[in-house]
Amino acid sequence: MSHIIETRQLTKVYGSLKAVDKVDVTVESGEIFGLLGPNGAGKTTIISMLCTILKPTLGTATVNGYDIVKEANKVRKSIGIVFQDPSIDDRLTGRENLYMHANLYGVPASEQKERVDRILKLVELEDRADDLLRTYSGGMRRRLELGRGLIHYPKVLFLDEPTVGLDPQTRDHIWKYIRELKQAHDITVVLTTHYMDEADRLSDRIAIMDYGKIVILDSPSKLKETLEGDVVVIRANNIEGLSELVTERLGFNQKQIVDGALEVTVRNGKAVMPRIMELATQNNIYVESVLLREPNLEDVFLHYTGRNIREDTTRELHGAAAARRRAIR
Amino acid sequence: MSERRGFYSLWLREIKRFIRDRTRLVTSFVQPILWLIIFAAAFATRFVGSLPADLNFRQFLLPGIIGQTILFTAMFMGINVIWDKEFGFMKEILVSPVSRLTIFLGKMVGDSTDAFLQGIIVFVIGLAIGIPLNPITLLYALPILMLISFGLVSIGLTIASFMSNLEGFGAIQTFVNLPLFFLSGALFPLKGGGLPTWLTDVAAWNPLTYGVDALRHVMLGNSWAPLQVQSLWVDLGVVALFDGIMVVVGTWAFTRMK
Repeated sequence: MSHIIETRQLTKVYGSLKAVDKVDVTVESGEIFGLLGPNGAGKTTIISMLCTILKPTLGTATVNGYDIVKEANKVRKSIGIVFQDPSIDDRLTGRENLYMHANLYGVPASEQKERVDRILKLVELEDRADDLLRTYSGGMRRRLELGRGLIHYPKVLFLDEPTVGLDPQTRDHIWKYIRELKQAHDITVVLTTHYMDEADRLSDRIAIMDYGKIVILDSPSKLKETLEGDVVVIRANNIEGLSELVTERLGFNQKQIVDGALEVTVRNGKAVMPRIMELATQNNIYVESVLLREPNLEDVFLHYTGRNIREDTTRELHGAAAARRRAIR
Repeated sequence: MSERRGFYSLWLREIKRFIRDRTRLVTSFVQPILWLIIFAAAFATRFVGSLPADLNFRQFLLPGIIGQTILFTAMFMGINVIWDKEFGFMKEILVSPVSRLTIFLGKMVGDSTDAFLQGIIVFVIGLAIGIPLNPITLLYALPILMLISFGLVSIGLTIASFMSNLEGFGAIQTFVNLPLFFLSGALFPLKGGGLPTWLTDVAAWNPLTYGVDALRHVMLGNSWAPLQVQSLWVDLGVVALFDGIMVVVGTWAFTRMK
């Protein structure tokens, strides 16, 4: 089967809030599929439905050919899950956590030892295997959870924000593991993230989600290509003024201000750069620096949602989106 | 097959956690000693005359303290469920392909084994501090300890399955533990002491009353007959019925847990 996951009009409603809104999506067997979006976009809700933790309000989906509502138990046997929040027993050792998981998922006793040893080796925790989990660092716990999700040889591994709260080095490490695990076990990986670089570096295909809908779905490189152009990054003393002028006089609408720099997405960056410089000089704006870069996923997100993902992330902590997230939980 | 393995691993986890929890092990030794030495010393004289001549107060009290230990341990086990929810481990169990009945039974029998072990510890402490007791009676007491544990642990698990944080669990101590304890005849005989009828009426609805009564039957032998609440077989029947009801209620509670 090439479609390992298929959703049809998948919907989850909480009161008046559509957390997931009629999503149709297919995931191909063997790919790493990224769900990218700000907190509260509905990523975790989709995953929870596919993992049979939540029942859809409307619509349905199949995972590994099984219906997520009618054949929930078969779905559960086909999948591995690494939750956003930790879900290990810190009073047990790493090895004990793995054995427990193997038993819960009905791995035959004769195969358990071999599988547990292999996983411990894969996530490089052999020398700490018999220590209590409470003595592990955050990154080690995460690695154990990743390994644990594979003990019962799932067809699909769901990773919900796999590196949230980890330091950059550990994140790099975890990414490496995810790729290795996928190779070694020939499985499909579905991951949610609100980190652009994570989605970009790991995924074969990315679905960008916003307000419960999938806005666009494609490979990271194709997504960036669709922007057809370059990003001009300008630092100047009057950045707001320059931003207005760029739209008024030059007609560029694809822009955002990130960390005090104006970023304008245009077709031909090399030709546009001098025109912006000229415009600034004419209006007595002092330009500190100009550079040209390729578009990244952040620009893609801006293009398709009209918003900056990071802006939204901070706003949701105290705004309406915070209430939205609480409702989903 | 996988249900059996799931049950086993859930059971094993509770045992391992119990054995590794040093604080709780120490507590389980100290608490009964406080009751059986200090409380007993202070109250023994108050009960002279209300107990049969061949029973002293400490002999009478020991089965009650065993019952109390099982009750408190059982309720305390509920805290583990709340911890598991707070720390996310419950999710790992609930999304596994193992049925909710198995999850409930695995935890319940595991916790009951812990409560049962605590009961044995108290029995041995009783012997160690010189309470006149035939050690063989422990063999008869074992199945009763297990039977009492099942129902009480199920109460603890059921309550905990409805709670989402630890703050509320302190209230259990006040509203469940202490009333069940005080109204069970664990500390004073319910018969022949001239107790108010409202107290004995309420105690008649308390499952622990019958558990403690059954323990006294087997541990004190014929000396207990004049003060018995019910015959041994009626006691056992009531406790078994209570266990059956609580297992059904507990499984239902676990089924609706998210």
